[in-house]
Amino acid sequence: MKVAGLSTLPPGRRATVSERLGGPLLLLAAVALAIFLLLPLGALLLGAVRDDAGAFSLARFAEFAATPGMATAVWNTLWVAVVVTAITVPLAFVYAYAIERACLPLRGLWRIVGLSALLGPSLVGAIAFIQWFGTQGVLKAWLGETSVYGPVGIVMATVYASFPHALMILVVALATADGRLYEAADALSASRWRKFVTVTLPGARYGLISAALVVFAYSVSEFGIPKVIGGNFPVLAVEIYVQVVGQHNFGRGAVVALLLLLPVLLAFAIDWWVQRRQQAGLSARAVPYRPRPDWRRDLPLLFYCLLLAMAMLGILGMAAYTSLVRFWPYNLELSLDHYIYGLAEAGVLDAWLNSLRIAGLTALFGTPFVFFTAWLLEKGQGGPTGLRPLVRALAALPMGVPGLVLGIGYILFFNAPDNPLNGLYQTLAIMVIANIVHYYTACHLTALTALKGIDREFEAVSASLKVSPFVTLWRVTLPVCLPAVLEIARYLFINAMTTVSALVFLYSPTTLPASVAILNLDEAGELGPAAAMATLIVLTSTAISLLYSFVTHLLFRRHQAWRQGQR
Amino acid sequence: MQLKHLIRSFAVAGLALAAIVPAHAEKTVLNVYTALETDQLKAYQQSFNNAYPDIEIKWTRDSTGIITAKLLAEKAKPVADVIMGVAASSMVVFDREKMLQPYAPANLKALNPRFRSTGMTPTWVGMDVWGAAICYNVAEMQKQGLPRIESWKDLLKPEFKGKIVMPNPNSSGTGFLDVTAWLQMFGEKGGWDYMDKLHENIAVYTHSGSKPCVMAGAGEFPVGIAFEYRANVVRSKGAPIDIIFPKEGLGWDMESIAIVHGTPQLEAAKKLADWATTREANELYAKNFAVVAMPGIATRLKYVPNDYEQRLVKNDFQWMAKNRDAILAEWQQRYSTKSEPKKK
Repeated sequence: MKVAGLSTLPPGRRATVSERLGGPLLLLAAVALAIFLLLPLGALLLGAVRDDAGAFSLARFAEFAATPGMATAVWNTLWVAVVVTAITVPLAFVYAYAIERACLPLRGLWRIVGLSALLGPSLVGAIAFIQWFGTQGVLKAWLGETSVYGPVGIVMATVYASFPHALMILVVALATADGRLYEAADALSASRWRKFVTVTLPGARYGLISAALVVFAYSVSEFGIPKVIGGNFPVLAVEIYVQVVGQHNFGRGAVVALLLLLPVLLAFAIDWWVQRRQQAGLSARAVPYRPRPDWRRDLPLLFYCLLLAMAMLGILGMAAYTSLVRFWPYNLELSLDHYIYGLAEAGVLDAWLNSLRIAGLTALFGTPFVFFTAWLLEKGQGGPTGLRPLVRALAALPMGVPGLVLGIGYILFFNAPDNPLNGLYQTLAIMVIANIVHYYTACHLTALTALKGIDREFEAVSASLKVSPFVTLWRVTLPVCLPAVLEIARYLFINAMTTVSALVFLYSPTTLPASVAILNLDEAGELGPAAAMATLIVLTSTAISLLYSFVTHLLFRRHQAWRQGQR
Repeated sequence: MQLKHLIRSFAVAGLALAAIVPAHAEKTVLNVYTALETDQLKAYQQSFNNAYPDIEIKWTRDSTGIITAKLLAEKAKPVADVIMGVAASSMVVFDREKMLQPYAPANLKALNPRFRSTGMTPTWVGMDVWGAAICYNVAEMQKQGLPRIESWKDLLKPEFKGKIVMPNPNSSGTGFLDVTAWLQMFGEKGGWDYMDKLHENIAVYTHSGSKPCVMAGAGEFPVGIAFEYRANVVRSKGAPIDIIFPKEGLGWDMESIAIVHGTPQLEAAKKLADWATTREANELYAKNFAVVAMPGIATRLKYVPNDYEQRLVKNDFQWMAKNRDAILAEWQQRYSTKSEPKKK
């Protein structure tokens, strides 16, 4: 087995022009990431080491350490993130396993329902959890004496919200497996459990670790959930909001933002370590694994999916229900008034069209960039030393950056009078770029997980046949990774449809996105219209997801025949 | 080939999607940053354009906190020409950062002298007052058998334990004006004593000034410490709430207008500032607010009493600005460290 990073060239042959292109292209991607991620972040984070007069000083760190309650906030942030990760990853793994490794009916449906938390603005989850478990909640009794406003609410809502992020990576991780390993295990009459532990888990190891990192970082940096449902339970991400939006103290906000990057550094270290040990799951001689129906496995898994799906649909359903009643919880008469008010009077229609544009462009430009960069990183070669670790670090960085920090950083950097990219500010383009950067990590890890499933021998063979690596990418790698590519595009689209945190600082009078308009409705006490417009977004994203499922289905029939074992 | 074809059709679909919305025509426009409500904006814009049809206002509207943060972040190269309908406490911050262009609007003399920044030529001018109020959910009051509320001190009754929401002064200007009002009314020691006891009854400190009344309206918590504009709106939407103006006095802040220093549209900006001080404009403010900058304008809000102005505390903005950091640090020290929700 080859180890990532080693040359695939046969000895004694010099690299062709197109092979040598890999280095410069990767460098170009690194420059793009530096401009749109590193420098804007730097513009804000530098404030952490400057005093009010702009001179270098570490006083803000001392100030922060002396702030009462900060130690509690750090501790709360960490333990909540650990609990959320420990719940979400196993939940999502079994769900992904059911989708990919069992013979369930309606696979596409389970998949879309699994992603349903992404379909609506995060506000949907917050509204629904309060209405299910809040003081007036239908299921308040389930929590006993504990209030939903606090750690319980944060953990529940974060598990719900981070589930699809983990699911996306795990589905890709479990999508490809070498059937020969299972045949060998069967031949040795290994038990079901033994097969799972010795074949399935190791094969999905990289995906599992990536998913855990993404969920952990999500929980650490997400501030929307604890802000709405956290009550008086202090966590660091909310502290950034308090400093930046409440007190307009960017310097102190920057200190907290820097702290939030620590877990990401740790994650990057782990990723790098795993990276070096990971071997390709799908060698050139692999036979795709195809699960055979087995009711003893399929029936419990079907039941499991059904249970989770009901819980997830219950959350969306509550928001939909709120959008249809006149005034929750006092006037439960059904009406469509909130939809009419939201679209016509509150002007959400324009905002909805803006969101469609932003989301479409984000998927259109983000997907190729993410995938191509991941490919250059994983399969390409050349370029200066240190470039690959740098790109890896840049790709991991966004998951630890709250959108709020990214948004302010973008203003400070792109609106600076002497920045040549000044013209981007206040355009649609900058919102699209901010979205791609904000959601980069999970997409990157998905692409990487897919790419790692493919043996480098494919490249080696094409190299010895003097086929350009780009041809191999087009003819072999891309078709094999197509499910992952589609997954990334869908993920970018629906996230861009619903995100608020970075965009709230970047929209101009003509580019107001629907998610921000909805947040404002909710702030103003228009709970019904907010829920109605959120439901519209859910419907839009669902339609897009269904379209994707349909396309994936077609593609699988036309191009993925190899998966079915037809030769 | 099929794959290529498919990707191409994807690209076409994406571009088509991008083209659905026609590009907006670019004109010479006045960029106004505001925290006013959308429905108010329409009326103000219409009235302004009747007088000045050649100026097109482009609003950037968000909550006070977000708009203030955005303006500060854009300080190096301001996008906004005018800031309108933003709290005076934010204006004081902009003023300190030298972001405002001093200008005396045409009608300045006709306004109540309290409604402007100090100094020869004002940097900002007030439009209207928004002040504290309590939203009390009467449906829940009856259901849970809670006592009546007439004063701030009533909120200390043990029956209200875990029933009150208020905005966190660290994240919300509304929260801050409540805290400063108590400190100014009850004195430094009395104010903190009051808040110590109130803290025992607070269920949640929210991060938004509007949320407490919204939550009270939905019965999530029966009592929300809020402000009168939001209370009026929530009640009009059909929430079963009573709006209470505690008799000891009410904290308040001003919505105000200012011209951004260095704007290329200075002339147009001055026209908007002029309009904002006219009688016509003040009459429009009066539809939403009980107290406006021009004396003698009749205001009749359905749920706000006529003597509202007399109930406002004497606010010392200089004192508030000077002691802001110390007050917030003290608050943080007292109430955010032991912050598990108290429900046992």
